[in-house]
Amino acid sequence: MGEHERHVYDVVVIGAGGAGLRAAIEARQRGMRTAVICKSLFGKAHTVMAEGGIAAAMANVNSHDDWQVHFRDTMRGGKFLNSWRMAQLHAQEAPQRVWELEAWGALFDRTPDGRISQRNFGGHEYPRLAHVGDRTGLELIRTLQQRIVALQQEDFRQHGDYEARLRVFAECTITELLKDGPRVAGAFGYWRESGRFVVFEAPAVILATGGIGKSYKVTSNSWEYTGDGHALALLAGGSLVNMEFVQFHPTGMVWPPSVKGILVTESVRGDGGVLRNSEGKRFMFDYVPDVFRAKYAETEEEADRWYADPDSNRRPPELLPRDEVARAINSEVKEGRGSPHGGVLLDVSSRLPADVIRRKLPSMYHQFKELADVDITAEPMEVGPTCHYVMGGVEVDPDTEGAVGVPGLFAAGEVAGGMHGSNRLGGNSLSDLLVFGRRAGLAAAAWVESLAGDSPAVAADDVTAAERTALAPFRDGTADNPYAVHQELQQTMNDLVGIIRRAGEMEEALDRLERLRKRAAEVAVEGHRQFNPGWHLALDLRNMLLVSECVARAALQREESRGGHTREDFPKASAQWRRWNLVCRLDATGQVSVDRKPLASMPPELLGLFERKELASYLAEDELAGLPEQPTGGGPR
Amino acid sequence: MTYSAHFRIWRGSAAGGSLQDFDVDVSEGEVVLDIVHRIQATQAPDLAVRWNCKAGKCGSCSAEVNGRPRLMCMTRMSVFTEDEAVTVTPLRAFPVLRDLVTDVSFNYTKAREVPSFAPPEGLAPGEFRMQQVDVDRSQEFRKCIECFLCQNVCHVIRDHEDNKPAFAGPRFFARLAELEMHPLDTVDRRKRSQEQHGIGMCNITKCCSEVCPEGIKITDNAIIPMKERVADRKYDPVRWLGARIGRRGDGGAEV
Repeated sequence: MGEHERHVYDVVVIGAGGAGLRAAIEARQRGMRTAVICKSLFGKAHTVMAEGGIAAAMANVNSHDDWQVHFRDTMRGGKFLNSWRMAQLHAQEAPQRVWELEAWGALFDRTPDGRISQRNFGGHEYPRLAHVGDRTGLELIRTLQQRIVALQQEDFRQHGDYEARLRVFAECTITELLKDGPRVAGAFGYWRESGRFVVFEAPAVILATGGIGKSYKVTSNSWEYTGDGHALALLAGGSLVNMEFVQFHPTGMVWPPSVKGILVTESVRGDGGVLRNSEGKRFMFDYVPDVFRAKYAETEEEADRWYADPDSNRRPPELLPRDEVARAINSEVKEGRGSPHGGVLLDVSSRLPADVIRRKLPSMYHQFKELADVDITAEPMEVGPTCHYVMGGVEVDPDTEGAVGVPGLFAAGEVAGGMHGSNRLGGNSLSDLLVFGRRAGLAAAAWVESLAGDSPAVAADDVTAAERTALAPFRDGTADNPYAVHQELQQTMNDLVGIIRRAGEMEEALDRLERLRKRAAEVAVEGHRQFNPGWHLALDLRNMLLVSECVARAALQREESRGGHTREDFPKASAQWRRWNLVCRLDATGQVSVDRKPLASMPPELLGLFERKELASYLAEDELAGLPEQPTGGGPR
Repeated sequence: MTYSAHFRIWRGSAAGGSLQDFDVDVSEGEVVLDIVHRIQATQAPDLAVRWNCKAGKCGSCSAEVNGRPRLMCMTRMSVFTEDEAVTVTPLRAFPVLRDLVTDVSFNYTKAREVPSFAPPEGLAPGEFRMQQVDVDRSQEFRKCIECFLCQNVCHVIRDHEDNKPAFAGPRFFARLAELEMHPLDTVDRRKRSQEQHGIGMCNITKCCSEVCPEGIKITDNAIIPMKERVADRKYDPVRWLGARIGRRGDGGAEV
């Protein structure tokens, strides 16, 4: 156990997607020496996959929009399980975060009067998503990447060193957080390229590692999404909240098999695309739940009029929140009205002229043409649900993103929980990354300043232990290979803790996970440490298995259906269950425990944004009894 | 539906390597990256390959397939006949790290040398007004996914390591053009496009445009207009006279 490469920083950010880069920019702008660590090359993070846009109530297209309306839509989308404070901060700050991108060089699509254009999306009352065609995530990541370069150029002018105050460690994976007592003291990881170990010493660590989709077989997520930050937080004594809520995006590709799960943007529907079953019926009209009935069209004629005249017509039901649409597609397929390859048909070809489709949805056109031999300007797409996003994540303080129970640890973006409640609205992810990435950077800087030099120290024994754990898969023998264990994990989660859940299946999933956990602890990898994907996967398995167990345990415990958690045996939402978050922790023996924790109650001025009738569909009797007869602040317009 | 394909994959490190043969099953609709993953999962677990999105959006899985620079995730197996050997080698213009993974740090070094976007002073966030027609040109270049296939294929550096210090490459000529054509950017990058970034070394063979998976017309829409702007600036007689009598000939600040 020799000496390792060591780096000392004020703030270490793990993850270089939208949240990580925005957090790093903020920390650096506050004077912190900052490191960004990413598993991939700089600029390749999963954020590039975001297509539709960034939700922000700038009111550029419909002047009725404001933060209150955005807040209300977000709470409705999350079925009132959201952290109200996070939803409020998000709605209030998103416009500033988008405008700031423009000042850093982003080029969004424009309105006729030269402002940032905004498009319709599921669950958003007004056109709200700032976008660049259907490649908005790429624009966001590239803009933040270029902002980091701009700050490095500033440092070069001042210090003669681009990396004097902000350095990106690309293709570097963190395997352990290091602590000093209760406080975070740094992180331990390896360079993917060489396999050499590296120790970061820092009093503040920001997790921005994204999601967990690689635990599922059919997913829109890339290999990076192995729940690293979720697992690191658990192992460091933090807690995870809302882990039972996993979003299945309604429209992933279903054919050919090799592309199954790849995302088909919601913008297809936002821009006019409709869903039909094998009988040619626009089936979404049959799936409008009571809580949304007043807001959605009842006939195709009204729905079609809405695109041109949204003020006097109601929106098409294809634009319901994602959980509703995904469940509807699932039912249609199950009842035998699916498309040839087990999806439904998403058609934009009969709705918009070919040149408009190519201009508004260029990467969808390209993706179907290249990968499926389908011309979306001439024929419908086959689509079905795909694991897309985890609403659950590290339990944080809403204002600072500080991880509960671990001073110095912060979490922002998909790895953090609470903001989206039981279901995230499309477009609210990119804005989440920016709003809470910035807040995490800000709070991490404040934390470091508050220490006034009383920095935590990394213990040599912890480094030695981390090294031993990381090298364990290089064992002799004919044990499992990590790819086989991973495939079984993905099949288990897909089949048994998927879009529709049953108690018996989840119990079986937990049994299988237990067996997989034992096998993962014994996997053997071939070759040496230099860029060895088999080894990397063997180490990622620990994280995927831990997080999968949290999903399964919380899902088994929550006996109701809400957002991204649908129980066949408990098909209705329960107002009593709405009052509780489920919180996962690791106990002293390394076992996952799940506890109930009451949800923070919303203050009257925010409750006043909803009509009492609507609140009655979410809140319990005794909660309603405590409210004034007609809440102040007026109802929806 | 399924057939057995013959793959030849370069394996090795900076110290050297060779093509290794694999026979592997291929199913309908698969792409080269699927097959590389299958080899990894069943025959060579330590085969090094970069990839991320598997949807042509992140630009990680660049390699040379039968000699042509391509994204592995967007190369359908159906473009090859069933009895055709598929040879996959790492990008040639960059040093090999291991197997199909190369050291692309050249590109990140060059990215830092391009002066960043600089909006007019006093224009606050939220106050930007630009017409769609004015941002169309720069938006084309911002479609770039930084797969670096254009850099890899460019003959100025592909076989001439010694040109690298003085030559930014097509990706960064597109970045220079993007900023130059940005309606609200205030920096003039024309002089340095030639003097620091080496745009003059490009002799417009259009190889970069041919391999761009995003279909960006790098040569026609970025490099040629930039070359024209460089020439206009350099040989503009009014500007030349202005410089002779000690006045600046153009409005922008030179960097």
